[in-house]
Amino acid sequence: MITELGHFALILALAACIIQSTVPFVGARRRDTSMMAVGPVAAVTSFVLVLISFFALVHAYVVSDFSVINVVENSHSLKPLIYKISGVWGNHEGSMLLWITILVLFSALVATFGGNLPESLKANVLSVQAWVTTAFLLFVLLTSNPFLRASPAPLEGNDLNPVLQDIGLAIHPPLLYLGYVGFSISFSFAIAALIEGRIDAAWARWVRPWTLAAWSFLTAGIAMGSYWAYYELGWGGWWFWDPVENASFMPWLAGTALLHSALVMEKREALKIWTVLLAILTFSFSLLGTFLVRSGVLTSVHAFATDPARGVFILGILILFIGGALALFGFRAAALKSGGMFAPVSREGALVLNNLFLTTAAATVLVGTLYPLLLEATTGTKISVGAPFFNLTFGPLMVPLLIAAPFGPLLAWKRADLAGVAQRLYLAVGAALLVGLAVLYMHTGAPVLAALGIALGVFVIGGALTDLGGRIGIGRVSAAIAWSRFKGLPRAAFGTALAHAGLGITVIGVVAASVFSTELVTAMKPGDTAEAGGYAVRFEGMRDVNGPNYTSQAGEFSIRRGGVEVARLSSAKRFYPARRMPTTEAGIVTFGLSQLYISLGDPESNGGLVVRIWWKSWITCIWYGAILMMLGGVLSLSDRRLRVGAPNRARTPRRASTVEAGA
Amino acid sequence: MTRKQKRLSIIAAGAVFIVAAVALVTSALREQIVFFNSPTDVLAQTVTPGARVRLGGLVEEGSVIRGQDTTVTFKVTDTTNAVHVSYKGILPDLFREGQGVVTEGVFDQTTGEFIADSVLAKHDENYMPKEVADALKAQGVWKEGDATPGVTPQGSN
Repeated sequence: MITELGHFALILALAACIIQSTVPFVGARRRDTSMMAVGPVAAVTSFVLVLISFFALVHAYVVSDFSVINVVENSHSLKPLIYKISGVWGNHEGSMLLWITILVLFSALVATFGGNLPESLKANVLSVQAWVTTAFLLFVLLTSNPFLRASPAPLEGNDLNPVLQDIGLAIHPPLLYLGYVGFSISFSFAIAALIEGRIDAAWARWVRPWTLAAWSFLTAGIAMGSYWAYYELGWGGWWFWDPVENASFMPWLAGTALLHSALVMEKREALKIWTVLLAILTFSFSLLGTFLVRSGVLTSVHAFATDPARGVFILGILILFIGGALALFGFRAAALKSGGMFAPVSREGALVLNNLFLTTAAATVLVGTLYPLLLEATTGTKISVGAPFFNLTFGPLMVPLLIAAPFGPLLAWKRADLAGVAQRLYLAVGAALLVGLAVLYMHTGAPVLAALGIALGVFVIGGALTDLGGRIGIGRVSAAIAWSRFKGLPRAAFGTALAHAGLGITVIGVVAASVFSTELVTAMKPGDTAEAGGYAVRFEGMRDVNGPNYTSQAGEFSIRRGGVEVARLSSAKRFYPARRMPTTEAGIVTFGLSQLYISLGDPESNGGLVVRIWWKSWITCIWYGAILMMLGGVLSLSDRRLRVGAPNRARTPRRASTVEAGA
Repeated sequence: MTRKQKRLSIIAAGAVFIVAAVALVTSALREQIVFFNSPTDVLAQTVTPGARVRLGGLVEEGSVIRGQDTTVTFKVTDTTNAVHVSYKGILPDLFREGQGVVTEGVFDQTTGEFIADSVLAKHDENYMPKEVADALKAQGVWKEGDATPGVTPQGSN
């Protein structure tokens, strides 16, 4: 009954979305206030309806209702409750429903907190958002309905893929979706602006908080996914340049660029056309990612060709929205007059550079992701594009970006003094050189590139500190004044510094983990000792541990340093009978910033056990840095200037570049 | 500089930048991609010496030998031809005789043995790496709907 209610609510939501797509849109063109007022009501209604539908599915999972096909295929009555719930989005149909839930959540947020938006802009934004929602609701209802019943109902379900039964994967998809579905708002704003033919600094001020929020979630989601892959797959890798990962990374790169260009637009009314284009591109990458992951094209080009309903549907949505948006952009962009002039050496110039590198980086990731698919579809030749390709293309693009990052916030708007800024960065440069030399000295024979990479990370962190120090006048004013200035700094300033420092920390982690980590594959018998990262790893023996829906064999290890036991670690192989599937549960202990990582292999004929022991130098920096970036985003978001719904301070009216809306 | 000159110089700089990026990508694509081969492909065409390739097929029944010092040797077969593979390290959870596998590595010039440095057998027991499934289909060994090497596309996950 509840399942049918959920299904019905989803159909009603479609009706509400169709109203939201049309009535406010027509209202905005006719300047009919009452028609425009339908937008927020419809948005909140469809949000409530989709939410009912979503919770109906959650309910079916929680009570293990095996008369619902989707539950049968992805759940099991013995599964712990948390994984019953996360199983809702651990499969195609459910995750599309989550996608839509987040889409309508953002509509409802705009409807509720968009009080200070001009009426027609708000109406158009809500309509555009509803166009996207309508398309995806149709997709779910027509091709991926999670509410279909099974008859006769089986007694037990097939269980969720065991590698997905993990707390990391319970949280990862919602965070990721909050991120890349969140960019739909920037997209809707961009389309609405193009429709109205009117865009100004105020537009950027409205768009930026939404972009920041989505970006922060996406950052957290990607970091979480990377950490999940690291500990759950048991391969010790934290990023595989897998198409599924790239699918979320491309919107992140474009979204980062958007964040920065919207800044220029807000402050200087420059880069308008570019910002609108970026907003379109960012969400296009999100749609492309959805297509790649959800159509089955990655699993097999062949499977895609034989069962094309879903793939072709999403491809249709993709072409409609990306093509439509770009066509609209082509027609209307020329009408958007650009504002402020700036010299190449200026904060604007630095941000343009940032955008150039980030979008090119996104493009290289795009090529590396799509090229194998296109090649196979057209010629049948199968190739794999892996880490070496991305290291060679993405890597070099990041270097100039990292060098430029500390300069950006120190440069003045309009026209800046590069030499002066370089002078202010002497401490950061000094620290970077010192650390680089220290790395070379301590790890004799360390690759020079690694020392440079770490120095670059330190330089970025140093740049962030220099920016903060300069703003509060450290060394120029008394400590008390500096402190009061520190307290008075806008939160956005801290946000920028924190996010840039986080980037530096991530870079250091990436370089250190890939260069200084050690790996040892060896056969061990109980009592044997191996050496990793200065610690002695002693294999104590095997132990059977059984969970609710799996059996497991765990290897127990004691970690000693200088003869003293400092930690114990257990690394296991699990077997899930429902899917007859084994998984590796790597054992990880953290020492400072580094980690000791052990995964088990197969028993050898002579009674030993193959064990893989990694020492992962400074690897946690990768995720700590990402967390700092996310916090930087959240901190900027809490800045009063950006707070959604905060009343605008009185401003001298600015000449907005306007073209006739009725064109 | 006038506004127009400034804009032109920015466009020129951007164009130079994009050309450089395109050059980077095309050269990387030429050198860093890895082609997929079935054992029959390997025998039919001479693989460029020293080139990295992906070799995929089924792990031949009874061919897995766990030797000294964590080295494992096995044969990868497409049921017509088979290639000797040696790998040092931990095999994936789902590595089993008779199951699909994709290995990546280099052919030893002297022995003709394939020295793999990575072995992939992903996802679940029904899943067949897509290259392997397609190659086996091309050999006519496996038809759609077969029970054992059935492709249950993980497309949903």
